Amino acid sequence: MLAKRIIPCLDVRDGLVVKGVQFRNHEIIGDIEPLAERYAQAGADELVFYDITASSDARVVDKSWVERIARRIDIPFTVAGGISSIDQARELLAMGADKISVNSPALRDPELINRLVDEFGQQCIVIGIDSFFDAESGRYLVYQFTGDESKSQRTRWQTAEWLKEVVARGAGEIVLNCMNQDGVRKGYDIAQLQTMRAICPVPLIASGGAGNADHFQHVFEQANVDGALAASVFHKNTVVIADLKQQLQAAGIPMRY
Amino acid sequence: MSLVIVDTSCANLSSVKFAFERLGVKPLISADPERIRSAERVVLPGVGTAKAAMRNLQALDLVNTLRELEQPVLGICLGMQLMTQWSAEGNVDCLGLIPARTVALENSGQPLPHMGWNTVNAVGTNPLLKNISAPAYCYFVHSYAVAIDENTIASTDYGQQFASMIQAGNYFGAQFHPERSGAIGAQILKNFMELSDADTRT
Repeated sequence: MLAKRIIPCLDVRDGLVVKGVQFRNHEIIGDIEPLAERYAQAGADELVFYDITASSDARVVDKSWVERIARRIDIPFTVAGGISSIDQARELLAMGADKISVNSPALRDPELINRLVDEFGQQCIVIGIDSFFDAESGRYLVYQFTGDESKSQRTRWQTAEWLKEVVARGAGEIVLNCMNQDGVRKGYDIAQLQTMRAICPVPLIASGGAGNADHFQHVFEQANVDGALAASVFHKNTVVIADLKQQLQAAGIPMRY
Repeated sequence: MSLVIVDTSCANLSSVKFAFERLGVKPLISADPERIRSAERVVLPGVGTAKAAMRNLQALDLVNTLRELEQPVLGICLGMQLMTQWSAEGNVDCLGLIPARTVALENSGQPLPHMGWNTVNAVGTNPLLKNISAPAYCYFVHSYAVAIDENTIASTDYGQQFASMIQAGNYFGAQFHPERSGAIGAQILKNFMELSDADTRT
């Protein structure tokens, strides 16, 4: 049976792993390679490296560490951040990234998704969506350039419509980051993830809000996502991956062990 | 022991190379028929589509070279599918190294592509799964799969059973990515390096 995936996310800025609260006040967590290796050995099913400054500053992720990671770890990993061309994607994949994740550049140029899928295949193209619940209108809205608070802005898309659009263009996986929850550690946005799961035929990864092991159990049980992504609970050791997997396995959620 | 990773002109040969390097093997990435023929082990990797990959192999004039190999050969993911007779992905004739067929995974209400860690269950004798205890979780990412038949040496369940490993003589295929399947994947690659002559005669 296919296992549900536990995915630590390492937000990278200037070659270091950082984490902010609701995308603000980034605090430095540590160097990339030792953290990556630690998570791989601890039982993480996959890793995501997200260069949070790249999109907003029109820079590409600093690439040298991608190959160093690929040499060292033996689980799959995704690289995200400012990838806006076939050539950039090719270089990252050639260095050993298993998947690339595209967010803001796909909003600017949705055709980019088709081009990437045609060139590299659906299996390695992930689309990240930053979704904000606007309480006033009761709508889920897609934001872009969220790596930098001063440039973060809403787009014309509602989340469900954008999700359908990227799937129609060939996206192989969706990471849905629920911005209201990000860094607050009060649990994943179950209601939103349920809504998006119902219309998402490709793997769906929950992101934003994990604060304890029960939150992971709830999101798998209630929103049937394929994986759950989190950063701070793992960086701060609030949630230990081995214990988490044991709890989820005992609750009947299939885990790799 | 010498190992050549066939340079199929598609991306991401590095992770296969790095995985063997972690085992102390120094792989050579090459599309040179002579180097491929003289290697003690050959790996046929692959990402992308069957149609594009077959076109690349034809353009590189490697089809006959690959068909005449006698040393152990391991096809990974699309590389395994290329070893079969035919793929539904682009309705293309493949290398025909193993008399099996590649079909689309049926939509059984589960997300596609089949992406993530699933269990690989040995069927009969499988020298590549030696020294691995169940459950053998390996990392998959694919939308097409080889149908189960007499060449199947391991199966996996994703709403349907499909062949996750196949073998005919010296040709072996793995649908998952051993290079990205943690300690179990590393053991499978190690087993591949240590295959005996007897292992390749079944």
